[in-house]
Amino acid sequence: MSAQDVLVLAESRGDALADVTFELLAAGRELARATGGEVLAVVLGPGGAAHAPALAVADRIIAVDDPRLAEYSPEPFASALREVVEAEQPRAVLIASTSIGWDVAPLLAARLDAPLATGCQEICLDGDGLMVTASFCGGKMLAECRVAASPAILMMLPGSYRPTDETGKGELEQRKPAAPLEPGAIAFEQWIYPEAGDVDITQQDVLVAVGRGIQQHDNVELAEELAQALGGAVCASRPVVDQGWLPATRQVGKSGMIVKPKLYLALGVSGAPEHQEGMKGAELIIAVNTDPKAPIFDVAHYGAEVDMLDLMPALSEAIAARKG
Amino acid sequence: MNIVVVVRQVPDLIEPLEIVPTGDALDLDTASFILNESDDHALEQALLLKEAGGGSVTVVALDFGDVDNTLYTAVAKGADRIVKIACDGDTPPAARDSAAVYAEAIKPLEVELVLVGVQAHDELDGGLSPFLAAALELPYVGVIRGVKAGDASGTITACKEFPGAVMARMSVKLPAVLGILGADQPPRYVPVSRIRGAMKTAQFEESAATLAAGELLLSVSRLYPPAPATRAEMLSGSEEEIAGRIAEILAEKGLVK
Ligand SMILES: Cc1cc2nc3c(=O)[nH]c(=O)nc-3n(C[C@H](O)[C@H](O)[C@H](O)COP(=O)(O)OP(=O)(O)OC[C@H]3O[C@@H](n4cnc5c(N)ncnc54)[C@H](O)[C@@H]3O)c2cc1C
Repeated sequence: MSAQDVLVLAESRGDALADVTFELLAAGRELARATGGEVLAVVLGPGGAAHAPALAVADRIIAVDDPRLAEYSPEPFASALREVVEAEQPRAVLIASTSIGWDVAPLLAARLDAPLATGCQEICLDGDGLMVTASFCGGKMLAECRVAASPAILMMLPGSYRPTDETGKGELEQRKPAAPLEPGAIAFEQWIYPEAGDVDITQQDVLVAVGRGIQQHDNVELAEELAQALGGAVCASRPVVDQGWLPATRQVGKSGMIVKPKLYLALGVSGAPEHQEGMKGAELIIAVNTDPKAPIFDVAHYGAEVDMLDLMPALSEAIAARKG
Repeated sequence: MNIVVVVRQVPDLIEPLEIVPTGDALDLDTASFILNESDDHALEQALLLKEAGGGSVTVVALDFGDVDNTLYTAVAKGADRIVKIACDGDTPPAARDSAAVYAEAIKPLEVELVLVGVQAHDELDGGLSPFLAAALELPYVGVIRGVKAGDASGTITACKEFPGAVMARMSVKLPAVLGILGADQPPRYVPVSRIRGAMKTAQFEESAATLAAGELLLSVSRLYPPAPATRAEMLSGSEEEIAGRIAEILAEKGLVK
């Protein structure tokens, strides 16, 4: 235990650790090298100890086991994490910007009266404080922020750090919460999985993605025609799904699908970090947007500043002409 | 059910964002403001719950940006009460400070459910909604898409989003605060005539809650637009020329045969 340690919340999904955990461990290693502390990985829930070998980047792996941590609910998770943070007094706590992270990180910050920074892409030591670079305004701006107090609760954007091969001491400590965990007023009931039957966009080589720039439900048909010409499928950003114009199974991003097609044609999508999280890995990204400053152009290989509603029929025609 | 919805004004990202000469804040004088998208969904969710089970919807906002229009629109959509909290100064307060003043304004309202958007794109210090829950000493769950009345009285069920279009159904004993990402239906459209009508009839309630700046836990030293290592190669010309060039690139890569 040291005030220079960096604590990482390791999230698991089913039997596996979430990919973002490995990015957080890499960020933790880098920061701990600067502070001279250790990297602590905390894994919550029964069976957490089984993840210890995969968490060997850390020096200490703290597995907290309690039946109330079997499925996610905010109160037991936030309380269990708080107990570890209070016992270890780390310099920083790294939590991914995930569905769970968006609950537990601010709850922890509120309860410890600790600073919280969201959207963190980079962290470094700055005298006796920390300096974080955080994305905001949908990725259109970066902010360098100084975090003065410890522990700093830092919500990390997935995709910000590359996993590392480095290893730490990898010592496993199994713990039970000191006081029984309260169930809280919010209880997990059941998982709801998407209905089968729709196109599986994770299996498509070609995706035509439509964002809010599509403007109207009727225009989705233009995208369908283009996808058909390209032999692919239509997918969407969140606002299009929120409008009910395409089913949730077509949503790409943080709370949607992670896709890695050969071609991702992003039409009228701004490229917010939550969307990029789902499509950055595509082999070829072509973005069409009327705003030349749209963040989507930062990840695209090719771009065009043009109205998607004009481009879609023109492109369908150009593809058809090539096919003869 | 008595529901309170908190709504925030955020800079419209469609407009160019300017930075103040000191380089450490957005120039809000040049920004235009819109209702935060997830707060709009929170309002819609509250209205749907009221329509399904009765009760009232009170909308609370800091007096900032184009808030009057937002509040009148809320009344035109079906909100019962609109409450404004005085907010001096030209920048919105940090999420924690806002949470404290919203909590002060909400406490006297005998609320059963508080709905707030899970995120605002101009927040750097985290979610207002969980901070508000902490300030009200109420339970919290966020990243919610869809809320229904529960089987037992005094409960609701809320669906929490996880990756892969998977949801966790959670049962929530009231009172509670939820961070809304999406409502069960898209936010409703309301004709301008109804908004004008609301402007004539609706009365703001002024909250006595006062905003106080807390300890500065996070300070911005520099703001700048990202300068990525790589940027797309831009294609130019008419739509037809761009379409032709894209088709050519796809053919070169073997993606159109
Ligand atoms: C917890 C959480 C989870 C989230 N999960 C996801 C997720 O899984 N997936 C996701 O996508 N988002 C997700 N979001 C939302 C995300 O933050 C953005 O709000 C969203 O991605 C924006 O979608 P968009 O790009 O379609 O819309 P906008 O950001 O509004 O962008 C629309 C773009 O279209 C352009 N445009 C407008 N008209 C035209 C035209 N005629 N031709 C060409 N371009 C045009 C505009 O210039 C603009 O860049 C999540 C947010 C949160 C808080």
